[in-house]
Amino acid sequence: MDFASYAIDLVAVLLLALGMKGLAKVRTARSANGLAALAMGLAVLGLLLQLQPGPTAWLWIAAGTAAGGIAGLITAQRVPMTAMPETVALFNGCGGMASLLVALGVALFQNEQADLVARISIVISVFVGAITFSGSIVAMAKLQGWLDTPDWTQSSLRHGLNISLAVACLAAGLALPADPAGWPLWGLVLASTLLGIGVTLPIGGADMPVVISLLNSYSGVAAAAAGFVVGSQLLIVAGAMVGAAGLILTQVMCTAMNRSLVSVLFGGALGAKAGGSVGGGGDEAGYTRIVSCSPEECAMALESAERVVFVPGYGLAVAQAQHALRELAKLLEANGAEVTYAIHPVAGRMPGHMNVLLAEADVPYEQLVEMDTINPEFPRTDVVIVLGANDVVNPDAKTDPSSPLYGMPVLEVDQARQVFVVKRSLGAGYAGIANALFELPQTAMVFGDAKAVLQQLCTELRSQGVGTKTPVAA
Amino acid sequence: MSTLSQALWVLLLGSLLGLELIGKVPPTLHTPLMSGANAISGITVLASLTLIAQADGNGALLLLGGLSLGFALFNVIGGFLVTDRMLAMFGGRKTKGAS
Repeated sequence: MDFASYAIDLVAVLLLALGMKGLAKVRTARSANGLAALAMGLAVLGLLLQLQPGPTAWLWIAAGTAAGGIAGLITAQRVPMTAMPETVALFNGCGGMASLLVALGVALFQNEQADLVARISIVISVFVGAITFSGSIVAMAKLQGWLDTPDWTQSSLRHGLNISLAVACLAAGLALPADPAGWPLWGLVLASTLLGIGVTLPIGGADMPVVISLLNSYSGVAAAAAGFVVGSQLLIVAGAMVGAAGLILTQVMCTAMNRSLVSVLFGGALGAKAGGSVGGGGDEAGYTRIVSCSPEECAMALESAERVVFVPGYGLAVAQAQHALRELAKLLEANGAEVTYAIHPVAGRMPGHMNVLLAEADVPYEQLVEMDTINPEFPRTDVVIVLGANDVVNPDAKTDPSSPLYGMPVLEVDQARQVFVVKRSLGAGYAGIANALFELPQTAMVFGDAKAVLQQLCTELRSQGVGTKTPVAA
Repeated sequence: MSTLSQALWVLLLGSLLGLELIGKVPPTLHTPLMSGANAISGITVLASLTLIAQADGNGALLLLGGLSLGFALFNVIGGFLVTDRMLAMFGGRKTKGAS
């Protein structure tokens, strides 16, 4: 029996590792995801064979499985693609909660069997699990717009608060092994939960993907700690793998956004003061040389353009305008224009998020061009249309050392002959920073909802006979 | 002691494996990869199951285990399905409209 469960564990670890590796390649990603899911099922099966649970235990297993499984199933199917970062945060928080609850159970009711190692692991599991949970929930709420960044969190007060909370965690953590079921446990739960909130709340929405990725790494650590608590090597391996891989991903995201992890975590929200005016248009006074134009004028420029680049941003996704964009692109292609999409590494809310959103609208994969490839192409581009993107096309990032964005790699759309920025208002971008692109002579603003503007452009082009004469080849 | 050092070795090697597996990833896949890794971190189900199976009829422990299993499975099942939904858009144009 022991041998069989060992064998199953080994196969499960192997499949998990292969799954994770496969997830990093476009061609194999989907089957790798299935492989990882299979590995997980295998691991559960092996464990059940080994544990031989009694009838009452089965009842609770069935109840937990039904509740979590159905909730997961429904959430996974219902959630819109635009809300992916929030969803990952929610799932992640629940994973942290699970580790926390396991550690609580062992600490409260099985502490006689727990040796020192298990007790230390309980501390880690509770601490990391609680931070993962509360941090992820705050991250989700902020991305959903349910929570703002309170002003006090931008002062040095928060460092004092977080340091005291961390000290409280440390004190409770040191006291816990001697008294696993007493006050240190509850103190630790409370202090770590608050610490998770205190650390995540001050972070601006623009940096949130990095935080989610980091919390994802934490949930791996929490799982590994839970593995030490219940003595499961499979859990330790899988948790450590996710923990390490999460760290790498976090690093990759930080590089793409030109932010250091330290400044994300402790530097406060980027341009937090303007953060409240997003979408409100409160910063219009800051601009002096804005040229706006109608969709008709924009359509005229498009009609004669031979090379068009779209720069999609999160605003496009919010307006659900991917399909309208695809339609416009088809018209232009039928008109003989070369159409590409410039994808900034952090377009959308996370690296790769925009690719998912455009793929949903059937945009051919080959037309999505990454930043380094497309930047040299901008000087020979006739028309660039920026749709709901802002900070990632801000030329200040290259030229103005005083800009908070300075040094961030951006799409050099200011090199193109003509730039149209489709935007609802002149409100600041997600990072709350004014954009010098809007004031350049070759830039014109087309005010309006991205979807409505794109549809107007299509109508306008069609009425001029563009793209209707030749049938569109898909 | 030997189990502890064994467990620490497992931890070390697992971490190294994780660092090594995610070497080069095209930016396109960052979001699905994060989501997939997140689903894998729901492997805490194993701990929840162990807790339930060894509860010896302790009601509070069963409840905690059951809750924990629910949360973990929400993470696992939701995570894998949502990752699959994302990846389906890259790969199979044929499956259009199926979801």
